[in-house]
Amino acid sequence: MTLTTTLLAAEGENPLIPHTYELVVGSFAFLVVVVFVGRILVPRIQKTLEERTEAIEGGIKKAEDAQVQAQKTLEEYKAKLAEARHEAARMREEAREQAAQIKAELREEAQAEARRLVQAAHAQIEADRQQAFSQLRGELGRLATELAGRIVGESLDDETRQSRVVDRFLDELESADGAAVR
Amino acid sequence: MSALTVLADGDFVAPGPSIFNFPPLWPGAPEWATKPVLFAMVGALLVVALGWSAFAKPKLVPRGMQNIGELGYLFVRDQVARPFLGKDAERWMPLLVPIFFLVFAWNLMGVIPGIQFPIASHIAFPVVLALAIYVIKLYLGIKHQGFGGYIKNLFPSGLPKPVYIILVPLELLQNFVTAPFTHAVRLFANMFAGHMILAFFSAVGFWFLFENLTPLGAPIGVLGVVMAILMTGFEIFIQYLQAFLFTLLAAMYIGASLHPDH
Repeated sequence: MTLTTTLLAAEGENPLIPHTYELVVGSFAFLVVVVFVGRILVPRIQKTLEERTEAIEGGIKKAEDAQVQAQKTLEEYKAKLAEARHEAARMREEAREQAAQIKAELREEAQAEARRLVQAAHAQIEADRQQAFSQLRGELGRLATELAGRIVGESLDDETRQSRVVDRFLDELESADGAAVR
Repeated sequence: MSALTVLADGDFVAPGPSIFNFPPLWPGAPEWATKPVLFAMVGALLVVALGWSAFAKPKLVPRGMQNIGELGYLFVRDQVARPFLGKDAERWMPLLVPIFFLVFAWNLMGVIPGIQFPIASHIAFPVVLALAIYVIKLYLGIKHQGFGGYIKNLFPSGLPKPVYIILVPLELLQNFVTAPFTHAVRLFANMFAGHMILAFFSAVGFWFLFENLTPLGAPIGVLGVVMAILMTGFEIFIQYLQAFLFTLLAAMYIGASLHPDH
């Protein structure tokens, strides 16, 4: 190939002398590439690369903002949690105090109630004793009288009862005689 | 001359500069319709097509071609534009990106099977690009520093007067003649030499293994093929490096015109 080409080619040309038609074609080719690639395509990719940079920077910025926001939220949350814990502790303490107070009050009340009950019982017992005592005394009088009456033999209270007593006495005597006779 | 003798008497003849001369693509075609011209346009259209598939509707989250395109774009931005243009980098990306990818595509044609011709090894193509940069450089220098200021800022101040006698012509020559010339020629010469090397080793392999197979010549042919493969890999690296360097110098010239301090 090379050798046959060599044979056909014109010889003795100076390679440092440009062909005029090649200057024209070269200029045209250069112009075509500059217009299409340089004027039309390069601005497009420049714009895209710029947008990409912006998008990436925007994304980073957004992420940073989100992180700051998250940090802030976390701190707020922590603060609230601490506050809530504090509050809970305080409330617990308060409740404990209240419970102790209530317990003391209840104990006091119960003791008072017990005392009152004991006193009431004492009073009741005293009253019962008094009553029993007075009742007993009345009964004792009556019994004594009756006993005395019995001992005397006759009660002068009442005519019928007198007569009945006399009758019974007589009856008793009779029955005692009869039995004794028999 | 020597090429004719290849078939005539069976001696191996290394390919010479004539391998850079192309006839019209088909008999009767106009003089300008040659392989370099065709693939210069193919390269340009390829850059446009690939660029279009990558960046026509760029997404915030890149997929497929856009990933590859961004790799190239960010390479130009971070390795070329930003180091030399600083805050002006974005403004000049529309010029630097086409230069890098067009030169890279043209250079890669040198190793693509079936094409195998680095477009920039025809000096007209580097010249066009270098000239465009040169014009931009002068325009920006005069616009941002004024004509007097631009010329004055080329020289360091505070040197003894006699030094300027030597310095002024040297700096003027460097800035207005040598710089644009080397800018174009560096790319051209690298591609030219690289193509010569590949052609040479390929021709060695082809000649000693196919056209004139002999027991003594076969190892040389094998060596030629191995070297052609190795040099192809190296050439890809050089093609990339020269595209990078060409773009880098363009950015440097523009940066120097914008900010004389640098």
